[in-house]
Amino acid sequence: MKASEISVGQTFEKVVVEDLKRTQLVMYSGASGDYNPLHTDDLYCKEAAGYPGVFAHGMLTMGMTGTLVTDLFGPENVRKYGVRFTNQVWPGDTLTATATVQEIRQDDGQVVAEIGLETKNQDGKTVVLGSATGLLED
Amino acid sequence: MSNEKTVTFPVEGAHVMLFARSIGDYNPAYHDPGDGEGNPMSARAVPPTFPQAVAQFDPDYPLRIKDGEAWFGSGAGPSGIKDKPATSGGLHAEQHFEYIRPIRPGEVLTARYSQGDTWEKESRRAGKLTFTERLVDYYDRDGNHVCRARGIGVRTERPVDQG
Repeated sequence: MKASEISVGQTFEKVVVEDLKRTQLVMYSGASGDYNPLHTDDLYCKEAAGYPGVFAHGMLTMGMTGTLVTDLFGPENVRKYGVRFTNQVWPGDTLTATATVQEIRQDDGQVVAEIGLETKNQDGKTVVLGSATGLLED
Repeated sequence: MSNEKTVTFPVEGAHVMLFARSIGDYNPAYHDPGDGEGNPMSARAVPPTFPQAVAQFDPDYPLRIKDGEAWFGSGAGPSGIKDKPATSGGLHAEQHFEYIRPIRPGEVLTARYSQGDTWEKESRRAGKLTFTERLVDYYDRDGNHVCRARGIGVRTERPVDQG
């Protein structure tokens, strides 16, 4: 993203998943190495752990939200990315991530942008709140 | 803050592709097979949360079936163990990554783990919450610091009330 293309206050929105599938939780388990049965094993969740069913890894929600960050900056330009997990994400959820440009500044001769991030589910409930910093092209 | 252990791991193109796919990242740079001469894919950086996948190479990582050890997921019954697993009640509260430079497919990194702070808080939805901070610093083969991951875990007294 070029510095000339964005301004403070501007927002970007992306549907990062529509009708989240249990299979995606299995894919994330396999790729990340986090095989916690809470994310793939309904029987374990209901009868051993006391949850209504499987739910997404927080890191999957962070990863999906991160695709908005990398769409904006390009993966090689991301300098910081952090989130707080505020609500669980369940199969069937549709998540929309919003990035808001909070600051654009010169840093060590480079132009960087700070963005605020919020991802909400289909009911408007916030599941992730965070921020990212990335380098902009001149 | 105490240093715990180090884990050295390769950042492999196929692993990055599987990871990108699993988070719905269809950037074509993650899906090319490389040049066929042993050089990795064209991606100039891994997805920002990829460093977490070092778990695959951590010999002590608790959330994976291990040879000769009971697994707490379901089989014939709802759990393969009688008591609650050691990870029970643990949820991920926060995660932060800071990149000194991009991590590229084809390189080898060493992750150094250390424990951060611990603190407590009361919550209406899940009882007493115990937070613990865990730091993972990633270094390249030349010993340069390339990334810091800071994770905050929370242990709840009871499952989070969904109401």
